[in-house]
Amino acid sequence: MNEIKSFDVERIRQDFPIFNQKIHGKRLTFLDSGASAQKPQAVLDAVQNAYAVTYANVHRGVHHLSQQSTELYENARETVCAHLNAKSIDEIIFTKNTTEAINLVAQSYGQMALKEGDEILLSYLEHHSNIVPWQLAAEKAGATVKAVPIDENGEFLMEEYLKLLSPKTKIVAITHISNAIGTIVPVKEVIEAAHNMEIPVLIDGSQAMPHMKVDVQDLDADFYVFTGHKVFAPTGIGVLYGKNEWLEKMPPYQGGGDMINRVTFEKTTYATGHSKFEAGTPPIVQAIGLGAAIEYLNGFDFDAIAAHEQSLLAYATEQISLLNSVNIIGQAKEKAAIISFTIEGVHPHDIGTIVDQAGVAVRVGHHCAQPLMDFFDVPSTARASMALYNNREDIDALVGSIKMVQEFFG
Amino acid sequence: MMESLKELYQEVILDHSRHPRNFGKPEACTHEAHGYNPLCGDTVNIYLSLSTDEVVEDLFFDGKGCAISIASASMMTEILKNKTRSETEEIFEQFRNLVTGDKDTVPETEDGERLRVLAGVKQFPMRVKCATLPWHAVHSALNDQTDTTTE
Ligand SMILES: Cc1ncc(COP(=O)(O)O)c(C=O)c1O
Repeated sequence: MNEIKSFDVERIRQDFPIFNQKIHGKRLTFLDSGASAQKPQAVLDAVQNAYAVTYANVHRGVHHLSQQSTELYENARETVCAHLNAKSIDEIIFTKNTTEAINLVAQSYGQMALKEGDEILLSYLEHHSNIVPWQLAAEKAGATVKAVPIDENGEFLMEEYLKLLSPKTKIVAITHISNAIGTIVPVKEVIEAAHNMEIPVLIDGSQAMPHMKVDVQDLDADFYVFTGHKVFAPTGIGVLYGKNEWLEKMPPYQGGGDMINRVTFEKTTYATGHSKFEAGTPPIVQAIGLGAAIEYLNGFDFDAIAAHEQSLLAYATEQISLLNSVNIIGQAKEKAAIISFTIEGVHPHDIGTIVDQAGVAVRVGHHCAQPLMDFFDVPSTARASMALYNNREDIDALVGSIKMVQEFFG
Repeated sequence: MMESLKELYQEVILDHSRHPRNFGKPEACTHEAHGYNPLCGDTVNIYLSLSTDEVVEDLFFDGKGCAISIASASMMTEILKNKTRSETEEIFEQFRNLVTGDKDTVPETEDGERLRVLAGVKQFPMRVKCATLPWHAVHSALNDQTDTTTE
């Protein structure tokens, strides 16, 4: 393992080549890491090396390159396994992204466990990718989807959750952190309450992984999913952690090569462990990139990352609150460094276009969380989401560009 | 950079977006369509009354949208009033060519001048759909489709 570096944001920025360029002649102010994070040189090097030096298909050859490629690919799985503190590598399934990981569980667990009249419990904070797969599974089984409400600050309502848990509930699927408004959900409590009623829980960790150290055994999550591209890794790779006791019972999700034990036209037996759920040639290089990204992250002290991001969040919240006619949507007590806002009289799309000209990248839209937007009665918001490489200059540029929007529409 | 922004958000456009003309749902109309941009969740409803000889007698809209889509819809309702069905389709074609930057086929007429106000959109490819959404909805209304999306 690398030695822990002290937290120097200016040093860290040098690890990310994207910051060397200008956007519309301006310094790049990248505040859209919640959508996808930038990549450090260490990840780019790992990807380059995996293609240029060690590339071959995995699990299928006895030749030198195939062995090397397989080793790097499987090392990445071990890195993820250790990082999440999973019990065994058999509990780490590589997927395309979070979306595929959730679809896998919804289809496979759904097929095994859902019957007519059953309930699936989600929350108002969910991304569409933790809603739609469950609706599809519910439709197949004749089950229904229910959602835990939130309050006007965007706080997850624990009492309502406890009321909604019932013997009909067959799975709870909740986000760890809201991508749209930053609320951190007390997932450990969520899991404990469900387990008291013997209900398994899936946690969508897409927004949590870049900001905090997650220990799946400590949380006691049954399923924990995340997507690589938000933790500084390439696109095309995601992770499903699942407890062995579930994975062993669940039927395969897709059929194909690599997921079998023996195939005949009469009967096919399936591979065990993670392989059962990994049909076809996997995203080899992307997985290697993910391993490198997690190693990069582990070069820092997670408390230092959190302290840095929380201080940026506090500064940004304070600065934006000073502006007239700007409303912050989502004011939960425990928040990740994500600020969703609206400007009175200005549509978020217009905000996005204008601040872009100042080199400021924010996401505008419904953030794939339309039920949440409906709850706050806005069609969309502008969202600034931060990562470990952001600094105060980024916040100052954002605030300056919001003022520019107001001048335009003044 | 400010130049292209100023062209996009010029006074006329901001004025139409703040005070959209022909905004609201009329008591009756002959053609109606709902336009939706799944990318941003914006919506526009078109209420159009066509006379028996296929002339747009009345055109109203409502919905939620950005300055560009509201201004585009507002200006469109003014331009299309008293146009025939085929003129409407022709002007839509001109407008689409203009904002996608494909070719400028807008004639040097008063209507043409009003269309050109939105020419600045072509420098912002991500915003072209905002400008064309209400036009697509009119096209759908005229062709008896009730729903249209920009995707
Ligand atoms: C909370 C949350 N869940 C799920 C997703 C979906 O991730 P992906 O599109 O990589 O599958 C995202 C990001 O878009 C997210 O923020």
